[in-house]
Amino acid sequence: MIGLVSYLVFFLILSLIFGVAVLGLNLQWGFTGLFNAGVAGFTAIGAYTMAILTGPSRDAVFGGFELPFVAGLVGAMIASGISAVIVGLATLKLRHEYLAVATFGIAVTIQLVCLNWEYLTGGTLGLIGIPNPSKAWAEGPLAQNALYLLVVLVVVGLTFAALERIVKSPWGRMLKAIREDEIAASSLGKSPERVRLEAFVLGCMIMGLSGALYVSFIGYVSPWDFLPILTFQIWTMLIVGGSANNRGALLGALIVWGVWTTSGFVISRIVPSEIQAQGGAMQAVLIGFILVVTLLVRPRGLIGEELYVSRHARS
Amino acid sequence: MILQHIADGILSGAIVSLGAIGLSFTMKLLRFANFSHSELLTWGAYGALVFLAFFASFGGFFDRTIGPFSFGVALLLAMICASVVTSIIALVLHRFVFERLSRTAGHMTMVFASFGVALVLRHLVVLIWGSDPIYYSNALQFAILLPGNVRVMPDQVFLLGLTIIVVIALHLFMTRSRTGIAMRGVAENPDLARVSGVNVDRIITWVWIIGASGAAMGGVLYGMTVQLRPELGFSLILPLFAAAILGGAGSLYGAVLGGLIVGLSENLSVMIIPTTYKPAVPFLLILAILYFRPDGIFGERSR
Repeated sequence: MIGLVSYLVFFLILSLIFGVAVLGLNLQWGFTGLFNAGVAGFTAIGAYTMAILTGPSRDAVFGGFELPFVAGLVGAMIASGISAVIVGLATLKLRHEYLAVATFGIAVTIQLVCLNWEYLTGGTLGLIGIPNPSKAWAEGPLAQNALYLLVVLVVVGLTFAALERIVKSPWGRMLKAIREDEIAASSLGKSPERVRLEAFVLGCMIMGLSGALYVSFIGYVSPWDFLPILTFQIWTMLIVGGSANNRGALLGALIVWGVWTTSGFVISRIVPSEIQAQGGAMQAVLIGFILVVTLLVRPRGLIGEELYVSRHARS
Repeated sequence: MILQHIADGILSGAIVSLGAIGLSFTMKLLRFANFSHSELLTWGAYGALVFLAFFASFGGFFDRTIGPFSFGVALLLAMICASVVTSIIALVLHRFVFERLSRTAGHMTMVFASFGVALVLRHLVVLIWGSDPIYYSNALQFAILLPGNVRVMPDQVFLLGLTIIVVIALHLFMTRSRTGIAMRGVAENPDLARVSGVNVDRIITWVWIIGASGAAMGGVLYGMTVQLRPELGFSLILPLFAAAILGGAGSLYGAVLGGLIVGLSENLSVMIIPTTYKPAVPFLLILAILYFRPDGIFGERSR
């Protein structure tokens, strides 16, 4: 029983951390129509920034400032935000699939930097010993994980509430206007370029936050955690849950991560150990299949966009 | 040293060219960026592996290597069969995924679907053939020494020769045959082509067959001169997109030239940046071209 509960806590922490990244992507794709295929890159920036800011100091590697947890989170968001400004200024002129190709390339480049800039990132070995704040406050793994779940829940709750407020604000309606018809939006005096950049940067900051929560939880960061497949997983979560709906984003994260871990568990039980290494491939096939089937059968996702009218317009 | 880099660049560029032709055509005619196109190279390469074993089992004439090359008739036949199989895979995907989505949803949905298709195709290769590198042949080859101290393998000469033949054949097809001319018409203006009596569905079928066969050949040539790995195609996604975007979507010569530019810049880049950053070069090319000429070198500017 305890085993099940502690596994459930572990599962919820990870899927909610993914959920944060999906919320960030939802702001970009769901509400603004920006095709960011470089999600893994921006989560990686947040993750490494967290590791550098809060990790222990070590020789031959930059950082290790041992800053408190919250400072790490804020720093991670700032770092992802700054890189998003640079990337956005260079690429947001591009439309749809060219933007997808360009951001995909950015994620590949960021991963190469993580892999090779040893002074900053520790290279292939990554950075270890990242403190988990819950370890200072609770005894035993279950209590510590439960406490960290609470921390994650607070972050998810704040992010969710902020995003819900944002997308229902005049600025949020402007995002949708630009998504639907950019020319009409600019003819009404809105500045699509600026608003697209703002949405892109805000979304990437949220992705960085997700990466920061992740490294603090597992205690180390390595370039192998930010392969392009992470981008595909997060996209699948958004599509399955329903884009342009923040509840859908979180639901998709829970379901897709649930399928991923359950199938991993089942495969590890039924597949002979000599081909265990191929079990991961089976999981990836399953995720790809779910994505394609969702698009064919239920393109809106499980809970799609809800129409919303400004409360000022209703009266 | 620089001459060797140029030779290597042209050779790896030829493989990228073969793969980029199909990607460029699908981008233009089907109007979506197909992230799963590179997996067709992987399937072509591994498909040929199966047929190679089949043909080689006849022994004798089939199994013997030709001249200085590392392969025999068996691999050439296997390459043709692999092109057919890869075309069938592409047509099945079109029929059951991309065509349906193009009717019900926007072209961005097709791009998402291509993410999912790529995941499935790539990991099926891991499931079927495992993730260890495989080679078609263990035969030893002696490098040919060209003037300027440039070394090339006989197989690489074959690679370049086959690429040139394919491009010439495609050029003739696009300019002389009714189907090829109709294809250019559809690329230019699908509605006008349709009212002029062009069977657009048949043309789309041809686009997939040409694209998939080119990809399969590129994959086999990669397997022949480098090795077979499940990530073979995936590692070529950015070079392929760079070549297609560089050349301008829908342009045969653009894709070929784009492939060569990508191959050359990747191989020449090692003279100024660390080798470990080489995979980022195609991406920088994409950024540069999209910034200065958003429609590619040969692409027509949309008005």
